Amino acid sequence: MNWLFHLGRYWIFIKEMMTKPEKFSIYWRQLVRELDNFGYGSLGIVALTSVFMGAVITIQTVYNLVNPLVPLSAVGIVARDSIILEFSPTMMSLVLAGKIGSSIASEIGTMRVTEQIDALEIMGINASAYLVLPKVVAAILIFPFVVSISMFLGVFGGWFAGTMAGVISSAEFIRGIQDSFVPFNITFAMIKTLTFAYIITTVSAYHGYHTEGGALEVGQSSTNAVVYSSILILVFDYILTQLILT
Amino acid sequence: MIELKSISKSFNGRVILNNVSTTFEKGHINLVIGGSGSGKTVMMKCMVGLVDVDGGELWYDGKIFSGLDKKERKPFRQEIGMVFQGGALFDSLTVEQNIMFPLNMFTKMSLEEKLDRVNFCLNRVNLVNVNKLSPSELSGGMKKRVAIARAIAPNPSYLFCDEPNSGLDPRTSIVIDNLIKEITEEFNITTIVNTHDMNSVLEIGDKILYLHRGEKWWEGTVDDILRTDNKELNEFIFASKLAKNVKNI
Ligand SMILES: Nc1ncnc2c1ncn2[C@@H]1O[C@H](COP(=O)(O)OP(=O)(O)OP(=O)(O)O)[C@@H](O)[C@H]1O
Ligand SMILES: [Mg+2]
Repeated sequence: MNWLFHLGRYWIFIKEMMTKPEKFSIYWRQLVRELDNFGYGSLGIVALTSVFMGAVITIQTVYNLVNPLVPLSAVGIVARDSIILEFSPTMMSLVLAGKIGSSIASEIGTMRVTEQIDALEIMGINASAYLVLPKVVAAILIFPFVVSISMFLGVFGGWFAGTMAGVISSAEFIRGIQDSFVPFNITFAMIKTLTFAYIITTVSAYHGYHTEGGALEVGQSSTNAVVYSSILILVFDYILTQLILT
Repeated sequence: MIELKSISKSFNGRVILNNVSTTFEKGHINLVIGGSGSGKTVMMKCMVGLVDVDGGELWYDGKIFSGLDKKERKPFRQEIGMVFQGGALFDSLTVEQNIMFPLNMFTKMSLEEKLDRVNFCLNRVNLVNVNKLSPSELSGGMKKRVAIARAIAPNPSYLFCDEPNSGLDPRTSIVIDNLIKEITEEFNITTIVNTHDMNSVLEIGDKILYLHRGEKWWEGTVDDILRTDNKELNEFIFASKLAKNVKNI
């Protein structure tokens, strides 16, 4: 029944968080800080993983494509669709769960164990709203951009690796990525991205917020934040795919 | 004035506070003393509403405080200042921003007025030129003093200090004690201080409450305490040789 306890406490946490801010100016400052933190702060790792991911997908697809009747440009189609549908939204979210999730949980967890959250409450500030809401809003605003950049760089990585390795010509790859493009795939990817942004920030903040003890427990919360957000990302990836694509 | 009426609190079936009733007067320094783990911090957290009591009632100047929800407690919030045992400064903000924080929340002061107030409060705790430092750049005692400055910045009517001078050198400790006494009398604040420090007890205590294993074991004035025949209290206060000698004079 442990998960039921967490589910109930999570809902209470979310309900408390979703209240009207006491003072907008203060929230605004927090929001700007988080936008910078989540967006600019994660570009490096997102760019790096996206390029390599695109490269690997392309080379593997060529390797698996043994049927001579299928034109090589199919590699472009497969790479593009798997990057847009799955790799960019899901894998980037997993990477960001590791990066952003752990930092949210340890930041809020530290504030909890050093009584900074109590100090906020004493001042009549709704701590869960003040600390978490700007993070959730920032992630929801910035993740679509980050994932779009990842899609672009993923496809670029595929093109670069494919042509460099000489397994596919530039023209064929480019013909492939323009062939039978389904715009809805982008919409679907964005739905996933927004869901994952919400999961990462709220689940990590939840774990940080309910830390009890000291530095050791902050570390555990941070680990739990990454583990549970990752699991939930995969579960919701499956649920959304099942619901929307079938 | 703050009244406690039969306050009780347990954690996981362990009784931490047992049926504590008392009154803390306005314009006085009310000291709560007791050994480590006797429940001082828990009692203070109950009084400010960070921990909900299991039984009993809390009254602030004739208005009930216990049992209210967050929204109903809002009006009390601006009136309450608290200095936490560990300081609880916001790490991500500078000293200046920390002290300004409650002013941003509660007042419509201009930036200049707020800065004036910050400097005034820092002055009162004997700190200068620390405005732009972050809490991690301060010594333990400096953190305590910044925490006091933050608590008094919005002119609270109720001031709670959890061991404000533990970890301070004797001289600064006296400065802090006197500061608390001054502002309490000057602004007619209801001040409650948890302490271990016998010097504070003798210097600034108007009323003293001795907690022993979560129970109100004794209460009275400084004069009373020197003449008490309460065994546990005597053992607690006159634990050191020096203190015993003082008592015998
Ligand atoms: N959140 C909590 N959950 C469970 N037990 C707690 C909690 N907070 C405090 N306690 C217990 O309550 C008892 C009293 O703690 P408290 O912090 O009030 O002591 P204290 O008198 O302030 O001691 P010190 O002088 O060392 O600060 C301790 O035994 C502590 O273990
Ligand atoms: Mg304590």
